[in-house]
Amino acid sequence: MLRFLLLRSGRALLTVALVVTFAFVVLRLSGDPALLIMSVDAPPEAIAAFRRAWGLDDPIWQQYLRYFGAIAQGELGQSMRDGRPAIELVAERIPATLALTLPALLIKLGLGIPAGIYAALHRDSAVDRLVMVAAVAGFTVPSFVLGLVLVLVFSVQLGWLPSGGQDGWLHAVLPTMTLGIGGAAVLARFTRSAMLEVLGQPYMRTASAKGLPWRRAVLSHALPNAAIPTVTIVGFMVGSLIAGAVVVESVFSWPGVGRLLVVAVSNRDLAVVQCILLLVAVTMVTANFVVDLMYGLLDPRLRSGAKGGH
Amino acid sequence: MHRNQEAPLVEIRGLTVDFDGVRALHGIDLAIARGEAVGIVGESGCGKSVTWLAALGLLPARARVSGSVRLQGRELLGVPPAVLDEVRGRRIAMIFQDPASALNPVIRLGRQVGEALALHRGLGGAAIRAEARRLFELVGIPDASRRLDAYPHELSGGQNQRVMIAMALAGNPDLLVADEPTTALDATIQAQILDLLTLVRRETGMALVLISHDLGVIAETSDRVCVMYAGRMVEAGPAEAVFDEPLHPYAQGLLAALPPLDGPRRRLDPIPGTVPPPGNLPPGCSFAPRCPRRVPACDHVVPALSEKVPGWAAACIRAHGPAMADRRAVGA
Repeated sequence: MLRFLLLRSGRALLTVALVVTFAFVVLRLSGDPALLIMSVDAPPEAIAAFRRAWGLDDPIWQQYLRYFGAIAQGELGQSMRDGRPAIELVAERIPATLALTLPALLIKLGLGIPAGIYAALHRDSAVDRLVMVAAVAGFTVPSFVLGLVLVLVFSVQLGWLPSGGQDGWLHAVLPTMTLGIGGAAVLARFTRSAMLEVLGQPYMRTASAKGLPWRRAVLSHALPNAAIPTVTIVGFMVGSLIAGAVVVESVFSWPGVGRLLVVAVSNRDLAVVQCILLLVAVTMVTANFVVDLMYGLLDPRLRSGAKGGH
Repeated sequence: MHRNQEAPLVEIRGLTVDFDGVRALHGIDLAIARGEAVGIVGESGCGKSVTWLAALGLLPARARVSGSVRLQGRELLGVPPAVLDEVRGRRIAMIFQDPASALNPVIRLGRQVGEALALHRGLGGAAIRAEARRLFELVGIPDASRRLDAYPHELSGGQNQRVMIAMALAGNPDLLVADEPTTALDATIQAQILDLLTLVRRETGMALVLISHDLGVIAETSDRVCVMYAGRMVEAGPAEAVFDEPLHPYAQGLLAALPPLDGPRRRLDPIPGTVPPPGNLPPGCSFAPRCPRRVPACDHVVPALSEKVPGWAAACIRAHGPAMADRRAVGA
């Protein structure tokens, strides 16, 4: 167990380091921050001074090492735009994002999992077909389209809900629904196929053959097995709590982390972008780590180490 | 064909099963007496497992089942699930081919057996554990109390099959249906499991239906044998007689393809051709295209299973009472 934890932690750290490196390389390749921030017609001395101040004159590997070392010490740099620590800018946006993504996660779980289970248990029924059509629609329609459609219906036509901005909980309803519906569709599909797979297993027949009523066989024999693959996708959803709302926040002008990312990228505000990417990487990696632990809890074959698993 | 005076424990009549409009089982008649051991033999796909899955309502919903299955006179086909739940495990238990996948991989073995004890014997708490341990010991699982907390992947295939048997015994059933219980196991383990089934039957007095494609397995354990081919029963009779001198050409072919247990080595003769697919059976006898004794009439009539000798039936227009039996009768 300890070896498992160490191994997974090591892998998690490596993943974060790779993301950090990737962010550094991509952002340096995509343009000179000095020119972008100072604008092209700024006096050359001013640009040179800016470069010197931010260390942009140094060889790229020095910049990388400095950057990497700073991150390792928890130093995430300052916004090149307004000079405030990047982490502060990002941190103050997190509550707004979570205000959308947490309720959306509840919608995904509360709608997607029961719908998937019900559809699997009533395979080929009218309800199953309805769930599948809804799931495919929810799965294929991009969130910005769904968001705009919801705005069209509930804001423009019916006038029930505001179409954007952040001013009270009513403003959060449409973006939350947009996020939740799409995710619920994905989860419903996933849960349904996981359940169908499990329901066809010989041990379900054994449960019936020993006289276990079907309802109890589903509850105590099917669900624990179907939970194993479902945890993967739920983990992914938990991992995207921070960064999963970039598009939706933009559509609804919601001042969360996603909007900040879009603005920071277009401004080449390196420190802020890097800070967000790091945050995203850490959440994702943490979620994956938790998923791995959950697998161990749910599946005794994994718990007993390498010899387990068929 | 059943000569016991007592009413049969289970009586199957005219059982048919269709999968998506294709008939897989063409009217099976079979009666099992109390305490009897019946072997059902045939190639895979001949309907031997489907018969019993259908009888217990364990087939998927797309299967259409008709006919009659009676347990001590009480009809089982088409009854509400709650009634079947009272029968399954308590009156008729069933074990399956691959014990590793027939047991739930994420539930401790003790709990899986305990469920049956709670359902059928009304036990609870510590009593369940004590009884589960007793059953584990009965079926010969070493270190029983520790195994109660194990998961299926921690045990070998043979040990898992023992767990399945323990689970089947939990409800004190009148009949155990063992569907290819040794097929997925090593040869040495096979013999142990068969011995265990025989032992358990002797101790509990329950009836046993042993489904297998392996004649050797059936010969060792059964009083009576039923041979199935392409969804029909083609021969049924006392095990010794059928193995000695089968009446139906298919049963004869099965024996000819088997190495003799003793005596000189001889050439093994496989049955020529292949089993016809269920959706495309020949018009007359299903075995006719492969049959060495075929006559033109075989292509026109589906032969009924009829008694050739009291208690011994075959579905073949060319089969008569065995020559040996007549001679034996004369000589005696």
